[in-house]
Amino acid sequence: MALHIGFPAALFYYSHFPFWLAFFNRLGIEVVQSPPTTKAILDDGSREAVADACIPIKLFHGHVLTLKDKVDAIFIPRMVRLNKYTTFCPKFLGLPDMVRASLANLPPIIDFKVDACRCMGGFWSICRGLAELLGFGLRQAWAAYLEARHHQNAYQKLLLAGYLPLQAMAKLKGEAVEGTVREGKLNLAVLGYPYQVYDQYISLDVIGKLKKMDVNVWTMEMVNPSRLYRLSGRIPKRLFWHYSNLVLGASYHYLQQQNIDGIIHITAFGCGPDAMVDKIMEMDIRRLSNGRLPFMSISIDEQTGDAGITTRLEAFIDMLLQRRGNG
Amino acid sequence: MKRVSFAHMGYSYLGFQQLVEDMGFEAIVPPHPSRATLDRGVTYAPEYACIPFKMVLGTYLEVLERGAQMIITSGGVGPCRAGLYGMMHEKILRNLGYDFEIFIFDPPLTGIWTFFLKLRRVLKTAGVSWLAFVDIVRRAWAKLKLLDELEQTATVIRPYEINKGETTRLFHQCLKLVEQARSMKEITAAREECISLLKNIPQDRTRRPLKIGIVGEIYVLLEPFMNLDIEKTLGEMGVITHRSIYLTQYTTTDVLSHGAQDVRQLAHPYLNQFVGGHGQNSVGETILYARNGFDGVIQVAPFTCIPEIVAKSILPRVSRDFGIPVLSLTIDEQTGRAGVETRLEAFVDLLRQRREQREAKRDAALLFGY
Repeated sequence: MALHIGFPAALFYYSHFPFWLAFFNRLGIEVVQSPPTTKAILDDGSREAVADACIPIKLFHGHVLTLKDKVDAIFIPRMVRLNKYTTFCPKFLGLPDMVRASLANLPPIIDFKVDACRCMGGFWSICRGLAELLGFGLRQAWAAYLEARHHQNAYQKLLLAGYLPLQAMAKLKGEAVEGTVREGKLNLAVLGYPYQVYDQYISLDVIGKLKKMDVNVWTMEMVNPSRLYRLSGRIPKRLFWHYSNLVLGASYHYLQQQNIDGIIHITAFGCGPDAMVDKIMEMDIRRLSNGRLPFMSISIDEQTGDAGITTRLEAFIDMLLQRRGNG
Repeated sequence: MKRVSFAHMGYSYLGFQQLVEDMGFEAIVPPHPSRATLDRGVTYAPEYACIPFKMVLGTYLEVLERGAQMIITSGGVGPCRAGLYGMMHEKILRNLGYDFEIFIFDPPLTGIWTFFLKLRRVLKTAGVSWLAFVDIVRRAWAKLKLLDELEQTATVIRPYEINKGETTRLFHQCLKLVEQARSMKEITAAREECISLLKNIPQDRTRRPLKIGIVGEIYVLLEPFMNLDIEKTLGEMGVITHRSIYLTQYTTTDVLSHGAQDVRQLAHPYLNQFVGGHGQNSVGETILYARNGFDGVIQVAPFTCIPEIVAKSILPRVSRDFGIPVLSLTIDEQTGRAGVETRLEAFVDLLRQRREQREAKRDAALLFGY
């Protein structure tokens, strides 16, 4: 019987899942991903995780709980660095330890350290170690690694072409998804950490709501990460965290894109890095656009209500449409 | 003469004041943090920034209004946010229209060359030679060390004092003595006088104080206003506290070196990764306190402090494994003194009961052999 490895559909899921799926599949391992977020999953996570944690971390605990009785092991890599400039948020660094300390009766946790700045070739050393742990040889590991990279590249290409992460993953699986044609009245950049923006439950489906309001949504995944990194180097001292630099770079990118009508920042209540990112965005968007580009920040926690978000989005869009009428 | 200021952290301002004045600047001594300082900081800081950020921002606003032209502060390497605070403070203050110079010193190990160049620029503005600077730093350092020593001495004596509040009163008297001491000789003399002052407090040595270790984030640990005088409060409840961080010790282990390795080693089975700030230390130090026979540990952390949240989620397990009660206090601008005192009282009661139960059990075992 094949080995089953659980993959919680939260946090880095939206950035790296195709890679790990392809890698494990090639080795003949079954990857079990947790179901899309529901109220029950979030409630379970919030109950077990430490109270001060941000909602994405609580949610991650919830997703781990859905997997714990179904799989032989759970994959929670310790994401430390992807390049030499930045690390992940401290909660990512301590994630396997937090999960282990907070949840009881877990299957083994595979908590390989992903520190890609130490070696060339990104994830290769981690893949080799993983394959060795699971009893595969170097040759098999290399083949699986190549295939994983291939899948990840295809995924990145779809994101750059304007597909949202879940659509792109579906398309990789060969499902039919709607195209990326843009014909809405307004163009909004919706920026934020992928695990916050694309989780339809905790983001209260902001993107879906905007699309229904006839808005073209632009996200940070649609821009090449190296460009985002270059742009985020504009502030006097580079931010320490990987995703924060991407978000900040994306706001500078969309500031330069002529057709953008406004920028929305989606953040989690109590998110440490975002306390800085949000303030920098607010100050710099106003300064660099001479106060012309509207900026809205939406902060989300377990108590955020659907109606409240809808009202705020509607008001924002009305304001943009009015401005356009007057301009 | 340039007016220079710095952040307020515990009693270290006395050392920094001397440093700045000896360099020939006029020191704008930051006021003691107060509700008003905090409120001003809260107005302009990001909502989810931690309370040290807000307090320091409020302090800067106050010193700038009192005419400071230059601010000297520290940087950091992350992944804790504090390393970016200098830059953020500057950005926010400039955005508000303040004009000033700011020197942010990152730990020398991360870039000895930039550190050197920055320092050279400061010395040039001051017109101080390197040789003179070495002497200035030596004396400021001696003062900081003395301040730390006095604080420690006071904490050890306080639970034994017969007249409640006397230690604190004499400690503040000592601060005045230390403030006046300038030369190495005067500092040594002040040390002797202060120590004898504190040691001569009437004490009841028959008491058996509990021992509590305090771990957590450096700013809230060092600034009594922020931690609601936790050491004094506990001391007057009859508890000896040991704080895991003192400024001079922190500077030698963490700023000029790579951190306290043994404490991090201890934390490894529970938190196998440096997470910035003092997160990993908090776990390791809790284990250390448990091994050294302390009765309990209190973790003090600012609200939204990321490294301490990581530690906080792991501490319950450490507490179970090592049988040492841990209380986590989270501090933000809404934290009230009465609430904290109640929680401390409850915690101390719990520890007392535990000790009594343990001792009853031990006595019972003795009887059995009899």
